[in-house]
Amino acid sequence: MSTPCLTPCLTVVRPGLFATIQDLGRFGHQELGMPVAGALDPIGLRLANALVGNPAGTAGVEIALLGPALKVEADSVRVAVVGSMALSLEREGQSAQPLESHRSHTLARGDILKLGAVTGAAVAYLTVAGGFALEPFLGSLSTYVRAGIGPLGGKPLGDGTRLPLHRNDAPPGADVELPEPPDYGGGPVRVVLGPQEDRFTAEAVETFLSATYRVGKDADRMGLRLDGPTLAHTGSADIPSDGLVTGSIQVPGNGQPILLLNDHQTAGGYAKIATVISADLPRVGRLSPGGALSFRAVTVEEAEAVRRRQEQTIAAWVRAIRPVRPAGGVDLEALYAENLVSGVVDIVNGNGDILNREQMCGRAP
Amino acid sequence: MDVRFTTAGDTAFNVEFGEGIDRPTNARVMALHARLKLAALPGLVETVPTFRSLQVVYDPAVTSRREVQAAVEAELAHAADARAEGTLWRLPVCYDADLGPDLAELSAALGLSADRLIALHGSTEYFVYMLGFMPGFAYMGDLPAELEKPRRSEPRVRVPAGSVATAGRLTTVYPWESPGGWHLIGRCPVPLYDGARPSPVLLAAGDRVRFEAVDRARFDALSAAAAAGRFDSDTLRATP
Repeated sequence: MSTPCLTPCLTVVRPGLFATIQDLGRFGHQELGMPVAGALDPIGLRLANALVGNPAGTAGVEIALLGPALKVEADSVRVAVVGSMALSLEREGQSAQPLESHRSHTLARGDILKLGAVTGAAVAYLTVAGGFALEPFLGSLSTYVRAGIGPLGGKPLGDGTRLPLHRNDAPPGADVELPEPPDYGGGPVRVVLGPQEDRFTAEAVETFLSATYRVGKDADRMGLRLDGPTLAHTGSADIPSDGLVTGSIQVPGNGQPILLLNDHQTAGGYAKIATVISADLPRVGRLSPGGALSFRAVTVEEAEAVRRRQEQTIAAWVRAIRPVRPAGGVDLEALYAENLVSGVVDIVNGNGDILNREQMCGRAP
Repeated sequence: MDVRFTTAGDTAFNVEFGEGIDRPTNARVMALHARLKLAALPGLVETVPTFRSLQVVYDPAVTSRREVQAAVEAELAHAADARAEGTLWRLPVCYDADLGPDLAELSAALGLSADRLIALHGSTEYFVYMLGFMPGFAYMGDLPAELEKPRRSEPRVRVPAGSVATAGRLTTVYPWESPGGWHLIGRCPVPLYDGARPSPVLLAAGDRVRFEAVDRARFDALSAAAAAGRFDSDTLRATP
């Protein structure tokens, strides 16, 4: 056994496969070649923060494939998980009990939270009330593993990793839940053509907007290689390197598109046929190898309107967060919490007073 | 003075000043970059300068393309090309054969002796056009025309950190171990990226660089000092 934490923390007692600390991204340093990184599914992270009363951009744990097991070394801690994954709690003297996702849970010292396989999407999120007491780098707690940049040495959580907590105990109030898991929508992924659609033949643009592509096996936080019809350039695939964004769809000389995700390089020299709109980035960030997708073109004005509506929807989901109701009965404790102590769990604004917002939040994209 | 706006979804657009890689075009990119840094437009997230275009990144939850582009167009009317010169750096390079594994092949392909190639590489003051690829990776030009050669047809999976390399009319120092397709001609012993520095990236777009050949003993001494955290990168500044 490892020595106990002297300050409140969660300790990894079994590492997962690929769990990293992420906030909403390290913006403002791309001119130095510094990738933005950040949560692949920002909606998931924002909702997980809302469930524990944190500001939306507070860093959480992004879990891919299989989550870690975490031991609570604090008096108590409130955590929340958003995303579809198997969860269970091991408490001393009790048999292991399954826990639900899309809600908060208040854990006690010595508890072990076991995060299992992530299903139905590439990633899920774990947040803690008050956030992790980690040192931001260039204003952000996002992890860019390729260059070892970010908290915990820029590495994924490993065996024995300690995640220091700002709080030694859970905030007062009852545990809360989302009435429904978030609905990410369906249908074709919406894109704005460009910036270099004029580098492609008319047939290539038509093919791109009508074909079905599959996420290839080369899929990670940098991007997704898409298997499907090749796209012909009118001339060379190469351009003088220019800026990239999350959602850029670049097409190298072999004609196979690559959809760039959060760990993308800041600039690149391949022509880009289209860009995924910001409202659909959480959807593509959740794609795994084998996942199918097609594309539909919209204008910038349409993309902006879709994003504004999406922000209203997310705000409504956050407002709908309610005390957990046990199945088949009235939870008196929760009712008291809701009626008598309202405001203690300030879901919309978060417990901003206990945090240094500048330190905790990445700038929103 | 034609400027072209291209679209990168609903979070960014590019202001393109030309098609090629040249100093006058890049000077216009950097001038607009400098002005927008001072402008503090609401919802503007950042601007990213590249060879011939400036990427303007904005938050569509706060502002809109129409508003940001209008503000950028207003700044364009005032953006003068003239700009304070960036820092001039003197970067040591050891051109020993084991540190520059493509030196022999490249000089043969160019019809030059290795010594001539090294002399030419060190003969020019380079301009940092932009950074990209990895944190601190600087695209510098212009390489003397005699040294022009496209990137390798087979990129390497692993290029050591510090590798000094060329491709086309450009040169660079790889700040990290990474894949890479440029011709490796030497090694720089001092870190181009150091997370412990207040400003982790040494070179900024608009800076200038001179390469200075050092022998193996000096290379080893500088490498050891850098590895021990005893190297002060300010000593590389040629201008105070």
